[in-house]
Amino acid sequence: MDFSLSEEHDMTRRMVQNFTQKEILPVIKEYDRKQEPIPFALHRLGELGILGICFPVRYGGQGMDFISLGLACEELEAADTSLRVAMSVHVGLSGLTLLQWGTEEQKKNFLLPLASGKKLGCGVFTEPGMGSDISSMQTSGKKDGNSYILNGEKMWISLASKADLALVTVRTNPSSSRPSNGLSTFIVDLKTPGITRGDIHGKLGVRAGSTGWINFQDVRVPIENRIGEEGEGFKITMSAFDHGRYTVASGAAGIIRAALEASVRYAKQRTAFGKPIASHQLIQEKIARMSQDYEIARLLYLRAGWLKNQGVRNTRETSFAKKFATEASFRAADDAVQIHGAYGYSDEFDVERYLRNARGAIIYEGSSEIQTLIQAGYALGERQEKPLRCEMPPYDPAYWQNNQ
Amino acid sequence: MKIVACIKQVPDSAAKVVVENGRVSWGDAPLVINPWDEFSVEAALQLKEKHGGTVTVISVGGETDKEAIKHALAMGADDAILITDPALTGLDTQAIAQVLASAIQKIGGVDVAFFGRQAIDNDSGLTPSQTARLLNWPALTLAAVITLDGTRIKVERSIEEGRQAVSADLPVVISLVKDYGEPRYPSFMGIRKAARAEVPVWSLASLGIAIPASVISWPDIMNPPSREVVCEIISGNSPDEIASVLASKILAEKVL
Amino acid sequence: MKTWVYVDHFKGQALPASWEAIGAGKNLGTITALIFGQNIESLAKEAFEHGADEVLLVDDASLADYRAEAFCASLSKLAMGASPDVILLPTTTRGREMAAMAAIDLKTGVMVDITAMELQGDRIVVTRPIYAGKLLSKETCSSKPQIITLRGRAFPKPAPQAGRTGTLTKATPALGEAEIKSKVEGYSTSESGVSLIDANVIVSGGRGVSNNPALTPPAGLDEKQAEIWRAQQGFILVKDLATVLGAAVGASRAAVDAGYVPYSHQVGQTGKVVSPDLYIANGISGAIQHLAGMRTSKVIVAINKDADAPIFKVARYGVVGDLFQILPALTAAFKQRLGK
Repeated sequence: MDFSLSEEHDMTRRMVQNFTQKEILPVIKEYDRKQEPIPFALHRLGELGILGICFPVRYGGQGMDFISLGLACEELEAADTSLRVAMSVHVGLSGLTLLQWGTEEQKKNFLLPLASGKKLGCGVFTEPGMGSDISSMQTSGKKDGNSYILNGEKMWISLASKADLALVTVRTNPSSSRPSNGLSTFIVDLKTPGITRGDIHGKLGVRAGSTGWINFQDVRVPIENRIGEEGEGFKITMSAFDHGRYTVASGAAGIIRAALEASVRYAKQRTAFGKPIASHQLIQEKIARMSQDYEIARLLYLRAGWLKNQGVRNTRETSFAKKFATEASFRAADDAVQIHGAYGYSDEFDVERYLRNARGAIIYEGSSEIQTLIQAGYALGERQEKPLRCEMPPYDPAYWQNNQ
Repeated sequence: MKIVACIKQVPDSAAKVVVENGRVSWGDAPLVINPWDEFSVEAALQLKEKHGGTVTVISVGGETDKEAIKHALAMGADDAILITDPALTGLDTQAIAQVLASAIQKIGGVDVAFFGRQAIDNDSGLTPSQTARLLNWPALTLAAVITLDGTRIKVERSIEEGRQAVSADLPVVISLVKDYGEPRYPSFMGIRKAARAEVPVWSLASLGIAIPASVISWPDIMNPPSREVVCEIISGNSPDEIASVLASKILAEKVL
Repeated sequence: MKTWVYVDHFKGQALPASWEAIGAGKNLGTITALIFGQNIESLAKEAFEHGADEVLLVDDASLADYRAEAFCASLSKLAMGASPDVILLPTTTRGREMAAMAAIDLKTGVMVDITAMELQGDRIVVTRPIYAGKLLSKETCSSKPQIITLRGRAFPKPAPQAGRTGTLTKATPALGEAEIKSKVEGYSTSESGVSLIDANVIVSGGRGVSNNPALTPPAGLDEKQAEIWRAQQGFILVKDLATVLGAAVGASRAAVDAGYVPYSHQVGQTGKVVSPDLYIANGISGAIQHLAGMRTSKVIVAINKDADAPIFKVARYGVVGDLFQILPALTAAFKQRLGK
């Protein structure tokens, strides 16, 4: 069992880190304070190919594997969560779901612009009244000839006001035998008449991110834009969450590492009772815990990434990684604030931003409570994996990197 | 066009370098491409993009010194050559310049040889002009702007007094300064290519030259003396008097 | 020892480091100063006054502008004819390059950008910084001539003796215009402004810069605006000193937070970490996060009216006093001494 990263992986990680150090870190505090996205960030992520990192070259992507995606997310979130959120919704929720479930035609029309960074994508599932309980969603999609008419309100959508395309799940069959069988998923051009969107401010964290709402009023979506069959929406949404969840898990490992590095730096400089606080055991306890949690979070997401590369279903392993890393990142950021003392409570240092940012991930992309139920289901043997009609293929460098 | 960029592998600039047992040690800090050489690879790539041709990077180092080369390949260089030989350790810049000049001649038909302005370990900044002298090519050093018109190349050199525009016919040697513009990041395609690349290794024998003689030697390398800072409070009868004494003290420190 | 010193100049204005090289060379033996250019005979007079015993002058149209191969060829040809033991040059863009290329022609070595030298028999052992000054290296050259470039301001500038003269010899350039491969197309100024990270000298202002009681803000400003106005007046004093010293302007977090200066000037753990040769802190108390950003500066000077301010613990020189009086006086003192 080889635990080392390949040269490609290492160079990828370093490239993303160089980008965040040179271009993001000098300005992030300013934009986080203003509660505005860094104006050039998404464009640069697209230009550098990071937004298309794990898509096949033939679909406009960069041809790297899923471990590279995880490494990139870790580096991005070590700088700021807002960057990783863009990856979660553009690469995870919309891009990879299209790759898995889209027809050749749909991949050419919708995945290509996303993977090449020319258009931005997002995932649209949550509603004002519905988060975890996906199968109870209200937004409707009514068949009308060769199209569907969408009506309803979606909320807490990352990149709502910035994205060009959205992967949207709606209820197409209000009278299905089971509510989860009545959902369908569409790829929607967010400039379609009837769509209005806006930003939500006042979030505790991810303030340099763009979160908003999308309203659908008699929005006509052609049947060609339906992903999969009618009624497959629930399964497709769950696939989308597996992809998004993987980026959240790998990103959260980045927060743990950032909190650890900040704490080590500060603890070596700050003195109390005649010595650097790094020499005091109660500080060492926190730092030890952070370093252990980083190793665990990292190993868990790398293993999930490896399974993705193998083309093996990884809902369970991704769930472990996401729940552990997000909860550990909040603890690590909290300990980092404590280590920094009063300075940790001020935004002069970055640790309070890590804490505010980390809190959100415990809620979204499948709350910790949902992850617990998933994991219990597997452990008790009650959750059986049935093969999906469309599985994500294993990562094959030849297929991913060749143009034809 | 045939373009060459000469690059060096050095310890990361953030590394804590100390002298241990008479030798320079940088702990477990990574070895990276000399930061100035990233600018020279960038200039090489831009020249190729504008005027066509190939970019070859040359590096003199140990057998395992592939980091700098891999980075350059990942930025987009077409190929690379590592020159390694046990006789190449501890050579002065004149000797290294001879090795590089021989390699450039062996490649043949080179139009421009790019260098970074200096290497951050030795900080000498001599190798570009010395290589040019050995090749008998014009040296257009400290370039911030480069334009090529046919076979005449013009650079704006960054000098103490501002910029000096100098032109010459190809082939030339050019060294780069930071004002040239930010070097690009490696691309993902470049990273894959670099990871798979087999880098040809040349020895002094394959260059057909004898071991170049070194005339510079380094009898000692030291950690800078640590100074206990004792603050000297300057006082006086008037601000002008205080300022005069303070200015003299500062000038005596030779920091201006 | 026969010691040559190359006098670097730009359009007839000598770079002061050239005189420092003459001063350093005096300890070795008789000094022959080399001057290349066009219409630069006045530099010979300056060279004698600074201590040269002889001057070798090459005054030619082909040398009106510096071109590497032309200047180097003349230096090498003269050296091959006269076999000096030592050639000293200032470490300027031109000096470094000429030393480099002459070493190739003369089949010898260069010890570049030295900060100290010591004669051991007939060998000079130099000290020079490496790894951006993190280490010091002793070097010596086994061949002749020993070519050495001296770091600016590392050696004292000799006081000129008016009326002192010596032997002037004129020589012809090694290359004719037709043999020189490069052409100088012109000159321009580069963008001004020293970046904080690269600066060798930084002058910083803190909260204390806004407290000038002698100033009356213009009418119509509220309390906060008046404070900022006062601070901006204070920063003008900071900038004036920075201009005279060719320095970058820094600020403490307190000054940035209060709106006196943009964040790009902030020095400190959460701003920029700098390590200049000289850091002059005005009205800065020296809180730990600011210190973390500048404490590795070679020489720290603090001006503060509070004698207990922590900044004095890391400063090499301090003035406990009114910075609104000290700063302008310091600017004037430097202006006079640096001849600006």
